[in-house]
Amino acid sequence: MNLLKKKHPEWISEKAIPLSLLKNLSPKKSPLNGHHKTIIVIPSFNEEASIGQVLEDIKKYAPGLNILVINDGSVDKTAELAESHGAKVISLPYNSGYGVALQTGYLYACKHNYSIVVQMDADGQHDAACIQDLLRSVYSSDVDVVIGSRFLGQNSYRTTVARRIGMFIFGKLASLFCKERVSDPTSGFQAVKGKAINFIASDYYPPDYPDADFLIMLSQCGFKIREIPVKMHPSKVNKSMHGGLQSIYYVFKMFLSIFVTLLRKKPKV
Amino acid sequence: MPPRIRIIAILICILLVAYVFELVRRRHLSEEYSMGWLVAGCLMLILSVSEGVLIWISNLVGATLFTSTLFFFGLVFLVTICLHFSIRISSLTNQVRTLTQHMGILNSEKQSLEDQMSHSSFDKNSSELEKL
Repeated sequence: MNLLKKKHPEWISEKAIPLSLLKNLSPKKSPLNGHHKTIIVIPSFNEEASIGQVLEDIKKYAPGLNILVINDGSVDKTAELAESHGAKVISLPYNSGYGVALQTGYLYACKHNYSIVVQMDADGQHDAACIQDLLRSVYSSDVDVVIGSRFLGQNSYRTTVARRIGMFIFGKLASLFCKERVSDPTSGFQAVKGKAINFIASDYYPPDYPDADFLIMLSQCGFKIREIPVKMHPSKVNKSMHGGLQSIYYVFKMFLSIFVTLLRKKPKV
Repeated sequence: MPPRIRIIAILICILLVAYVFELVRRRHLSEEYSMGWLVAGCLMLILSVSEGVLIWISNLVGATLFTSTLFFFGLVFLVTICLHFSIRISSLTNQVRTLTQHMGILNSEKQSLEDQMSHSSFDKNSSELEKL
C-alpha cells in the first residue's frame, strides 16, 4: 500500500472527492456514539441466510450506529439484503478471504476518521446484545482492543475437542506474550479504538486471518488488549475457517507466525 | 562424461537459451525473468562443452560422476528460481490484496456519489418543474 501511495498518491488521496459531497457520508450521531464516531464492520461471504437477522439485531441493540458490510465476493444475495436492511455495502470483486475483507472495513474506517470499530461475524454467531458491553468497555478505559471471549463468564459454547485444544494452546501463548489473559484468540467479535484502527489497516496486518499472532504484535506495539465475556451462539452453518486439511495449515501457520513475530523488530506505530 | 549425454546436454542447453530468446522476442517473457534462465542455460552449456571446467568443479564439490555435477547445479538453479518465484508471488498477492480493497472502497464511494448526484439533479428538476 505504501508503494502505491508513493507511486500514485492521487489514487489514495481523499481530496479526489469534493468535500461538499462527502458531508452526507459522514457518520451518524447516536446515543451510543457519544463523541466517538463508531462503525460496525461485518465481513460476509454468502451469508444471505443470516445477514438480515444480524443487521436487524444490531439495529435493535445498538441503534444509530453505522453498519458496514464487506461483501467478500458473495454469489448469493448478501449484498442486496444488507443494503435493504440499511447497511452500507462494499463489494470486493472476488472472494479474498476473511482477513482481507475485514481489513477493507478498517481501511474505510481510517479513511472516514472513525474512532471506534466494532467487528463481528455475519453468520449470527455473535450476539448483538453484547455490542454495548464491548463499546462500554472500550469507551471507559484506556484499552485499545476489547475482545469478546466466548470462554469467559458463564458460557456454554460448544465446539470440537481439536478446536478447543488449538484455542487453548494459542490462547496461552498469546496470554504469555501479551501479559494479559487471552482465552479466545480466534474471536472475531472485537471493538478497536484509535491508533489501533490505523495499525490494523496497515501492511503489518496478516493477509489471511488475524489470530494470536496479531494480538501479540498489537501488544508488542504498546496497544492494550482486554477480554470481556460475550455470548456466542453456535454457527447455524458449519462453515469454519479452520476445518479439515486447513486446520493443519492453521496450526503450522500460527506457530510460524508467532515465532517470526517475536523475532521481528517492533513495528513503528 | 560419455559423449552421448554430453551431446544431449549441449543440445538441451542451446535449445533452452534459444527458446528463452524467442520468448523474450515475442514478448511472452519479460527481460527481468529471462535473466535467470539465460544465465543458467549458458552456465550449463559451458559445463557441458568444456570438460576441464566440469572436472575442476566436480573435484571442488566432491562429485564422483561428472553428470551428477550437472544435475546438482541444475537442481540448485531450480530451487533458487522456485524460491524467487515464491517471493514474487507473495509480493504480487499483497499488491492484488491492496488493489482489491481500494477498488472495493472506491467503487462504493463512486456509487454513493452517483446516487447523491442523481438525487440532487432529480430534486433540482422537480423544483424547476414546480416553478413552471
